[in-house]
Amino acid sequence: MNLLIKNGRIVDPVNHVDQVADLLIADGKVRQIAQEIPVTPDAEAIDATGQWVVPGLIDVHTHLREPGFEYKETIRTGTMAAAAGGFTTICCMPNTKPVNDSQAVTEFILRKAATEGMVNVLPVGAITKGCQGEEITEMGDLREAGCIAVSDDGRPVMNSAVMRRAMEYASMFHLPVISHCEDTNLAEEGVMNEGRVSTELGLRGIPNASEDVMAARDIELAALTNAHLHIAHVSTQGSVELIRRAKEEGIRVTAETCPHYLVLTDEAVTGYNTNTKIKPPLRTLKDVEAVRKGLREGVIDVIATDHAPHAQVEKEMEFDSAPFGITGLETAVAIALQLVDEGVLTVNEMVLKMSGKPAKLLNIDRGHLSVGAVADITVIDPRATWVVDPPQLKSRGKNTPFEGWKMKGRVTHTIVGGKVVYKG
Amino acid sequence: MELKRKDLLDIKGLDREEIELILDTAESFKEVTGREIKKVPTLRGKTVVNLFFEPSTRTRTSFEIAAKRLSADVINFSVSGSSVSKGETLLDTARNIEAMRADFIIIRHPASGAPHILARNLRSSVINAGDGLHEHPTQALLDMFTIRERKGKIEGLTVAIIGDIAHSRVARSNIYGLTRMGARVRVAGPPALIPAEVETLGVSVFYDMEEALSGADVIMVLRIQLERQGKNYFPTLREFARLYCLTQERAGHAKGDAMIMHPGPVNRGIEISPEVADGLSSVILEQVTNGVAVRMAVLYLLSGSGEI
Amino acid sequence: MSEKVIMDQLGIGRALSRISHEIIERNKGTEGLVLVGIRTCGIHLARRISEKIREIEKSEVPVGILDITLYRDDLLTKKGHPAVRKTDIPFDLAGTVVVLVDDVLYTGRTIRAAMDELMDFGRPAMIQLAVLIDRGHRELPIRADYVGKGVPTSKTAVIKVLLSEEGMEDRVILRED
Ligand SMILES: [Zn+2]
Ligand SMILES: [Zn+2]
Repeated sequence: MNLLIKNGRIVDPVNHVDQVADLLIADGKVRQIAQEIPVTPDAEAIDATGQWVVPGLIDVHTHLREPGFEYKETIRTGTMAAAAGGFTTICCMPNTKPVNDSQAVTEFILRKAATEGMVNVLPVGAITKGCQGEEITEMGDLREAGCIAVSDDGRPVMNSAVMRRAMEYASMFHLPVISHCEDTNLAEEGVMNEGRVSTELGLRGIPNASEDVMAARDIELAALTNAHLHIAHVSTQGSVELIRRAKEEGIRVTAETCPHYLVLTDEAVTGYNTNTKIKPPLRTLKDVEAVRKGLREGVIDVIATDHAPHAQVEKEMEFDSAPFGITGLETAVAIALQLVDEGVLTVNEMVLKMSGKPAKLLNIDRGHLSVGAVADITVIDPRATWVVDPPQLKSRGKNTPFEGWKMKGRVTHTIVGGKVVYKG
Repeated sequence: MELKRKDLLDIKGLDREEIELILDTAESFKEVTGREIKKVPTLRGKTVVNLFFEPSTRTRTSFEIAAKRLSADVINFSVSGSSVSKGETLLDTARNIEAMRADFIIIRHPASGAPHILARNLRSSVINAGDGLHEHPTQALLDMFTIRERKGKIEGLTVAIIGDIAHSRVARSNIYGLTRMGARVRVAGPPALIPAEVETLGVSVFYDMEEALSGADVIMVLRIQLERQGKNYFPTLREFARLYCLTQERAGHAKGDAMIMHPGPVNRGIEISPEVADGLSSVILEQVTNGVAVRMAVLYLLSGSGEI
Repeated sequence: MSEKVIMDQLGIGRALSRISHEIIERNKGTEGLVLVGIRTCGIHLARRISEKIREIEKSEVPVGILDITLYRDDLLTKKGHPAVRKTDIPFDLAGTVVVLVDDVLYTGRTIRAAMDELMDFGRPAMIQLAVLIDRGHRELPIRADYVGKGVPTSKTAVIKVLLSEEGMEDRVILRED
């Protein structure tokens, strides 16, 4: 069955397309884009009047938790959440149990994703065995098995010499090295941003420097090794500036930030809501503004979710004991649209940072709607309003800091390889 | 005027009228504690649960005496932080206690914000008896009571708080309370023990103790946790004491009638010298006495707040 | 709604004089006698009675102050607590004859609370009760030994005793719906 998306605003920044048109999908590929494509009996029509038809969104930073933490999330529920959030491709981080540091685990994930997954899953392999920061993994094997990048996300590689060797080795396989920038000694026992709010709440603080110091180190190592460094979840003014300078100097660095660093500050922690406990922590307004500016100016290349689901009982704990992380796949589009509304990004920039740019940094042929391209497509109703109600999230993790927020903009169709996997 | 709240979680959320109400009421209760028969029937039939996740004989006993003098039944639960390791969360523990029909839960917990979890989820009145590094509201109330009793007022006084401000819930509660009541508050200690951006709470920061003490009406010395040593907040207790121990000579920089306070227990010779701790200007024992009256006032006022 | 003055300044003065005489007569003098006023109006009335007794007998009858808030039986059923103020009994109660003084006797619950509190302060030989107004509707087996004026009232009526010590003109007002 072919699919005919009628009358939507097709936004395909990679091809510089932004027009109201019809889009025909046949055999899982984009077949034709034209003003009036007639409805034929062999095509199912989707009326996209007033909606945006964009390349399927790509999340370079997701935690699917399986294997090992199925009570938090599974490949099934995580990809359902991805589909509901408009993501057609997601990259899953290796900090599972066991850690994805071997072909066996990578193959397990890909097998599960093929049978139970709703969207494309691209595994990220570990930089070091067990994410312990000591011995680098067999990245050749990982690449062959299907890993598209390496990362020890959840923690940094504290030892600079190990990071250097990892970068050198990864570049041989053209694997981007995704760095979770955190000096754990500086972060100490911190549970939130260090500043006025942490002082008021009596919570131990994590200074901006804990991120900035590592961003600076990794940039220097990228310059030394000529590896592709991708800096995850940028949250500080300092690291935005470091990345800006690195790019000016031609160092191979890309960066992502997440929706929550664009709309929340550490004030959100007031009241000890554990669904605001994340790493890096929510920062101050000054940082939010710098990150927004960095995103607008292209210093930050992509918006990623860092979707980090946890079980309710874990988040019902005292703030100090609750785990770090929040869910994000299903709220990302609405928050990104808020930025469009506020004039931080244009529609094209937003779409580019959630599809074309991530595809480019992962070296995959996705993120555009060229004729003949795989039909991974997201249809968004930019005017639909809804309220975030955690029990209704498809993800097993209900740990969203946006509970009760009135959102504008919702995914109506998520299409993977020409098949509708989610209908809002 | 009444206290329109179910719980006492912090001083930050109290306005000046509420603080004054508590202090005025405590004055009446201090009269009760001076009677031959120190017990009144006010909270007969009510149950007060002391839920302590950190050992603190002083505070627990003070609340226990306060509750008993109001004729409430008191149950002490001491949880050595191990209930979590048994798989029971704080919320489980609290729900169990509520099922026993506790009217008040007095909680001391090593995690900041733990009392807020209870307050959000339980119908019982929750009183924070110290949470992590956050607040210890009844301690600040008894400190303010003691200052007001001695000095006749709080407004306009200069109060110097000395020592480990960063890890002190007593300091935070006092900073909120004293500034709200119109006192000028100074904090002094080594940089690592001064919390980030503390000036935004309306205090001035000093690293030099004598400067901080100069012209002060009240000196509040904090207890230094001996475990802080070896974590590079300061090199050694010896050097800490050399720089920040309140000696007779240093106290001389404050006003002649300055009063000296300490929330206890005192490390004599580390944060305060024995002569000063036991000297004439010291009100450390009065603080303990006043603690009972203040806690009676809090229990009384919260019991009138509705639900229970 | 109707409001009328049921006792004026003169009437209050006369009633207190009579009560003072009755107290002296009933107790054959002032030996061992103490007055305890119940906050707030009872304190003023007790002081006035003490003054009158001094004029009549030339002897000093000490006055104590009782704040019965903490002994009330309705505290835990009502929302919002009354302010607690100090009780001040600056003498030993053992063996004394205590005359409790209050403005209005109604259900008797205040007097029950006052007696409980007094007992916690010591063991008087006897407790007597003096009130300016007795408006009936007792809920406890309590009666006054000295009454300024008995006033039959409906349960919805309000009686207000206003005294110069509180900055008002002395009078008793009955308000009925
Ligand atoms: Zn991370
Ligand atoms: Zn992550």
